[in-house]
Amino acid sequence: MTIDDTSGELAPEALAPVGRRRTPLWLAVWRDRMGRGGVVTLAGVLALVLVGPVVFPFNAQSFGSSSASILQGPTGAHWLGTTELGQDVFRQFLVGGRISLYVGVSATVIAIVLGAGLGLVSGYYAGWRDSILMRITDFFLVLPTLPLIIVLAALFGQSILITSLVIGLTSWPQTARIIRSQVLSLRERPLVLRVRSLGARDGRIMRVHILPNVAPLIFANLALVLSGSILAQAALAFLGLGDPVQVSWGTMLHNAFNSGAMSEGAWWYIIPPGAGIVAMVLGFSLIGNCMDRVLNPLGQDAR
Amino acid sequence: MTARYFARKFLALTATLYATVTFNFLLFHVLPGSPVELLARSGHYDAAARAQLVKLFGLNHSLIVQYVIYFNDLLHGNFGFSYVYRESVTTVLGSAIGNTVLLLGAATFVTVVVGVVLGVYAASKVRTATDTAITVLSLGAWSMPDFFTGMLVIFAFGVWVHWLPISGIVTPGLVTGFWGHLWDVSRHLVLPTLTLALVNIAQFSLITRNSLVEAMVEDYMLTARAKGLSRWVMLVRHALRNALLPVVTATALYVGMILGGAIQVETVFSWPGMGLLIYNSVEQRDYPVLEACFLLFAVAVILTNFLSDLLYHSLDPRVRRT
Repeated sequence: MTIDDTSGELAPEALAPVGRRRTPLWLAVWRDRMGRGGVVTLAGVLALVLVGPVVFPFNAQSFGSSSASILQGPTGAHWLGTTELGQDVFRQFLVGGRISLYVGVSATVIAIVLGAGLGLVSGYYAGWRDSILMRITDFFLVLPTLPLIIVLAALFGQSILITSLVIGLTSWPQTARIIRSQVLSLRERPLVLRVRSLGARDGRIMRVHILPNVAPLIFANLALVLSGSILAQAALAFLGLGDPVQVSWGTMLHNAFNSGAMSEGAWWYIIPPGAGIVAMVLGFSLIGNCMDRVLNPLGQDAR
Repeated sequence: MTARYFARKFLALTATLYATVTFNFLLFHVLPGSPVELLARSGHYDAAARAQLVKLFGLNHSLIVQYVIYFNDLLHGNFGFSYVYRESVTTVLGSAIGNTVLLLGAATFVTVVVGVVLGVYAASKVRTATDTAITVLSLGAWSMPDFFTGMLVIFAFGVWVHWLPISGIVTPGLVTGFWGHLWDVSRHLVLPTLTLALVNIAQFSLITRNSLVEAMVEDYMLTARAKGLSRWVMLVRHALRNALLPVVTATALYVGMILGGAIQVETVFSWPGMGLLIYNSVEQRDYPVLEACFLLFAVAVILTNFLSDLLYHSLDPRVRRT
């Protein structure tokens, strides 16, 4: 701390909440071309996945009556053809998206709460607590994530709850690092120093004065963790570690790959779930990437 | 100074490796059911045979003793005994390691070269349609699951055109000399390499582009412009050398990613490497093989991180001085 910080005169930025920007984050994302593209893509997929099963309520488990309807191309009755068991691909696609989204979101919630929480505590207290927590974080950061997720899923089981837990519990280190470094600089700001000298408790300072200032950063990270979690879930399911009952997009691709849909040229079975994953991940990535640029504009103002 | 830095890094490396081995031990030896139960799943084992298995796997010892034995075995290159192949894991790993190194080496080369070139090109056209297109396409490719990209590639080359083999590492039954074999393997290598590169290029193109764009506002770039240098010379001679530092850091992160990609791509293309081995081990619950593969992957990432730290240190004089 410098003499400036303790002098009676307050710099204007010391009074304003630290790092508050003029335009809200969501508006900045909407104004950005790529950000808007991400929002539109995502809105499309979410509408299809969340509203679709309500609008098209036919039975996902309906088996074909004869072998003729197995791996059949698109028809009037089956808009996206049928699976190797004669099930309707379109219906499976609509329902499967929900599973992918569900696992992605719950894993992300776990990862963000853990990562942001650890980052906040670590950065705020600094010192030895920070050293210990960051050693642990660095250790998990360096472990190859997807292989670790695969090993854990193989050991602990493959229900969607366990998959969410496994992905969530392995995806926090990056977030912890990012939030921690921001908090480290926030805690040195004059505002925090003054509030503390007024007798505010640590918990309150973290909640009221630091958390709101790292919130945009958490949101930007949230979008990226979400796309990573959806990709991880898809990979797990494709490798046969998905929930066998709750068929996700990854499980559809697993079934398609292992039932010879590839050599049959059954593109209607492979493209929809794959495109669904890509659209969902791309939507979140574009938004996260855009938030990143808005929050860290250094690379953008360059000529 | 440098010696002290190296010593500190080396100490950290040793600690991380030790922690990884311990983590691996805890994961596989403490948490799930005993290997005897897994082996005896089929129910053909009587009590005497079970007792013998318990002894064979050293499960009659306390956890501490098991840990010491495990550690000692590792130091001697003994990864245990595969449940499925009924052979030592070292034998099972055998050629798989080399095959994976070959695939990842080729993929990394293509990814880094194409990624950096694309990044430089995007930066030279900063904030034009070309720049946006490269960024969006990179992100788009990054958003594709590795296995799905592989499936699309197989679809294209297996159903539409038949230019290149889509499965395995050699043509079965093909008897040729050394050069013929090399040609055959190279042909099989193309599509898995292409798939891995496609998905991972974004990591390098975006980082190169962003750090180049950041470097362009530095004072030395103003000087270069004042000297009347062309945009291209400014970019490559002055900015790129500094902008490549984050790329070195990105490589360490990339290795962690591409190992996950290798599992998916090897599975899709039946490339007989460690990724395919992991897939098969997961399917058949062959934990000793899975354990060895994971440990080797983790060690590979840790060593790469260590090397990239050292490289960064030797490339950036600013780090050295502090």
